[in-house]
Amino acid sequence: MNPHHAASPKIGVLALQGAFQAHAAVLSMLGAIPVEVRLPDDLDGLDGLILPGGESTTMLRFLELHGFLDRLRDFVHTHPTFGTCAGAILLAHAVQNPPQPSLDAIDITVERNAYGRQLDSCIQTAATTLPGGPLEMVFIRAPRILQVGPAVTVLATRDDHPVLVRQGDVLAATFHPELSSDQRIHRLFLQMVQAHQAAAVRPATGSPASAPRASA
Amino acid sequence: MADHTSNLNSNPFSTPTLRLKLGLAEMLKGGVIMDVMNVEQARIAEEAGAVSVMALERVPAMIRAEGGVARMANPKLIKEIMAAVTIPVMAKARIGHFAEAQVLQHLGVDFIDESEVLTPADEQHHIDKHAFTTPFVCGAKNLGEALRRIAEGAAMIRTKGEPGTGDVVHAVTHMRTIVREIKALTVLGEEELYAAAKNLQAPYELVRMVAKAGKLPVPNFSAGGIATPADAALMMQLGAETVFVGSGIFMKERATPLDVENDPAERAEAVSRARAIVIAATHYNDPKLVAEASEQVLGSMKGLAAAAIEEAQLMQTRGW
Repeated sequence: MNPHHAASPKIGVLALQGAFQAHAAVLSMLGAIPVEVRLPDDLDGLDGLILPGGESTTMLRFLELHGFLDRLRDFVHTHPTFGTCAGAILLAHAVQNPPQPSLDAIDITVERNAYGRQLDSCIQTAATTLPGGPLEMVFIRAPRILQVGPAVTVLATRDDHPVLVRQGDVLAATFHPELSSDQRIHRLFLQMVQAHQAAAVRPATGSPASAPRASA
Repeated sequence: MADHTSNLNSNPFSTPTLRLKLGLAEMLKGGVIMDVMNVEQARIAEEAGAVSVMALERVPAMIRAEGGVARMANPKLIKEIMAAVTIPVMAKARIGHFAEAQVLQHLGVDFIDESEVLTPADEQHHIDKHAFTTPFVCGAKNLGEALRRIAEGAAMIRTKGEPGTGDVVHAVTHMRTIVREIKALTVLGEEELYAAAKNLQAPYELVRMVAKAGKLPVPNFSAGGIATPADAALMMQLGAETVFVGSGIFMKERATPLDVENDPAERAEAVSRARAIVIAATHYNDPKLVAEASEQVLGSMKGLAAAAIEEAQLMQTRGW
């Protein structure tokens, strides 16, 4: 993938339930090695992690077991992580409709099922801050980002609400880039992984938002 | 790794409506979809980690025991269940009963199951599912039947199994048949696919697509007789991408549901079954975790051996 790094990055995809296969397929196409994560120990040795779409309530049931939530919280606060839809809900600072536990990895407040049910799912194409022209965004029973903190960069919006946001090594989308052929967002995430790896070999240049905590 | 959407951009499955339908199906993968008959059961299902609930008035075991004409559930019940949970809600329409499907779409259910569990309304035609914005799931016993349903617009296929029995044998037969027939297509030459389509009684374009991809162009789930965590693990290992559990969670005797509203012990039993089957569907390749989950199960559905059912009483033979 990157001529400057001999080894392809190992990217975990939380595979408790949901669109993990679709993410893994995009990662493979881009030269990364996808690793299905079903238990806490599966996080060992990963360079980054994707939390896919699906049902966040289902995923939380599993995260409550085997000390998974604490291990995952440590991981997402110290490694590049990308959450889509339910994954973005898990990464949020706070969740509404209804309130539920989250990893507090990115300073956003998210409302679940905010646009309605499946009949309100839609595909939109809009300009974003990403280079390369308009971006196709697939929204499926999507959540809405209600608030973003000062450290969060908004990369794309829908009706003035952020839909793609970044804070340091954490990226979150309320839509499904794994369901589009446009791979720019996965490429961006893999660039974040590379930058994180490069910073790790050159000490004391950590990215601003990854809290300098010991890696799990 | 199978991915049912990104490889569909250059074919008939690339229309926005069908992509959104397949997108929701993708989100349900690796989970358990549970039949529920009231709000309390729906809450238990969501709390246990179900990815979706199927709202219906009688689970298949009760329909089988009580007889009569089985129809779409009362919209009032469906709306109550939709209001009670945050996960997607499915509901069943009779085979060919497009007016029931119109009602379900109007209610805003997230998926419609055109189901052989209900009494068929049309002996020749299934619903034209392309005419709907709401995605459909349909049952199939073999590849030809699956492809006919997909041609009509189904965004998800599930094995039929034999509903309401707690006997997994026919779900296994149907899954093995579909997987074997897919494998057989992949080794055929291009010139052999025309006859294959004729033999499968399925559209040539879909047959060719399956032959090239080695899988269905929509997610392939399993239903019909799945009653235990090990049943779920079995179906997932055989190729199911998600399991539907009908009568296996909330039934006590064949026609008697557990009283989850008034009896704490019976409620605990339903919760234990629901939780265990969710764990098994995710960790289907991990016998240690399936064993631990199975150990937590209190009681089980009594069940009815599918082999003991008279031919005329089978539900799986409905639809064609």
